[in-house]
Amino acid sequence: MNVIEYFQRHPDEILQATIEHMWLVGIAMLIAVAVGVPLGILVARRPWLSKPILGSANVAETIPSLALLGFLLPVPWLGDRAARLAIAALALYALLPIIRNTAAGIASVDPAVREAARGMGMTPRQILFKVELPLSVSTVLAGVRVATVLTIGIATIAAAIGAGGLGEYIFRGLAMVNNSLILAGAIPAALLALGADFFLSVLERWLRPVR
Amino acid sequence: MNTVARARAEPGGDADGVIEFRGVHYALPGGQALLRDVNFVVHRGETLVLLGRSGAGKTTALKLINRLLEPTGGEVQVDGRATLAWDPIALRRHIGYVIQETGLFPHYTVGRNVAVVPRLERKSAPHVRERVKELLSLVGLDPASYLERYPHELSGGQRQRVGVARALAADPPILLMDEPFGALDPLTRAEVREEFQALQKRLGKTIVIVTHDTSEALLLGTRIALFEAGELRGIYSPRDFLASSEPVAAAYAEQLRRLAQFERGT
Repeated sequence: MNVIEYFQRHPDEILQATIEHMWLVGIAMLIAVAVGVPLGILVARRPWLSKPILGSANVAETIPSLALLGFLLPVPWLGDRAARLAIAALALYALLPIIRNTAAGIASVDPAVREAARGMGMTPRQILFKVELPLSVSTVLAGVRVATVLTIGIATIAAAIGAGGLGEYIFRGLAMVNNSLILAGAIPAALLALGADFFLSVLERWLRPVR
Repeated sequence: MNTVARARAEPGGDADGVIEFRGVHYALPGGQALLRDVNFVVHRGETLVLLGRSGAGKTTALKLINRLLEPTGGEVQVDGRATLAWDPIALRRHIGYVIQETGLFPHYTVGRNVAVVPRLERKSAPHVRERVKELLSLVGLDPASYLERYPHELSGGQRQRVGVARALAADPPILLMDEPFGALDPLTRAEVREEFQALQKRLGKTIVIVTHDTSEALLLGTRIALFEAGELRGIYSPRDFLASSEPVAAAYAEQLRRLAQFERGT
């Protein structure tokens, strides 16, 4: 049985797995952005925090994904549900590019612009939300894009702990030495990554502050 | 340390003084002193030019006025109150600020750039719109064709005009300008400068301008404060400045004289 036949026979099942996959990645990315952007701002504001924060995120990045899932397993609340665990691990992986790009985006704002903003009597909060963030939005989004593509790939491994998603097919295929089954997971995952990349790059261009 | 006589400005408590420096010191965190015992008063409606070479401390002095920097000794007063006693945001909204690179917000149109401070002050939208048009006309830019443009679509001279319009937007009684015409080519520079002189007469603001250009200082200033190596060497009227025997002032004057000689071809 080849891949195409497999797709034809089990469209609902594959769609289901794809949705599961998107859900895992989507929630993980929301968390990663919610944590990563503020951390990136912090790094830009307090350069002495850059080493510990970026360093930790870097270390998380180097842990092999299977091992990371294993490490998180005994953590009380997280270990209760496979999906929870997978999302936490994915969010951790997505963090580094988001923190790094947010910090870089804010650091690249023209100092003259920042000084003018301060001289005009904008509060630090207004400078952040009206000047620095709008000017770095496309750099931040570029980080989110890299992180998303990365996470879609890594999310296939979440199936190893029973979190579902397209990885199910890949692992089943590996166990059964069935290439069609592996491809039934790998092809939708690849398409998902391409789609996310395209969508976010369009968004990035659209939100670029100076056209 | 050299013992050049420090120009002691008018005694403190000047009723007409809008800005007053009293024994102001400013040193970097590392200890390097950028300003030493600076005393002077800026009177209401005058244009004081801070003249000096790069690193003389004139920009530092300017930033002490709107509290972008805080004195490490002595105090700077604005409207009779120490800058440290002001709420920094209120102080800065009370003072217009123009810098050489203009610092226009690249993600805002010209109109929104000029509207920044009135909008922060929560003025009504129709009021802000009228004010922006008025200001653009004031600095010689036709509102109809410039309102919707972005800073990167403008020439250097036009950007500088927008910078001035933006600083004037909330109608602050005081205007600080740091090398406002420094980045312009000589012809545009002369043009914008002339327009500014006309504007200055009309508005009657208290203005402090930083420059290293002697002719600019003589043209724009009602008085010239000469800075050298972190010290205020003296405050002169343009006429006195040219006649001064103070060595640094004399060097500037000599420079101008040579230029004049060259023009006359002698």
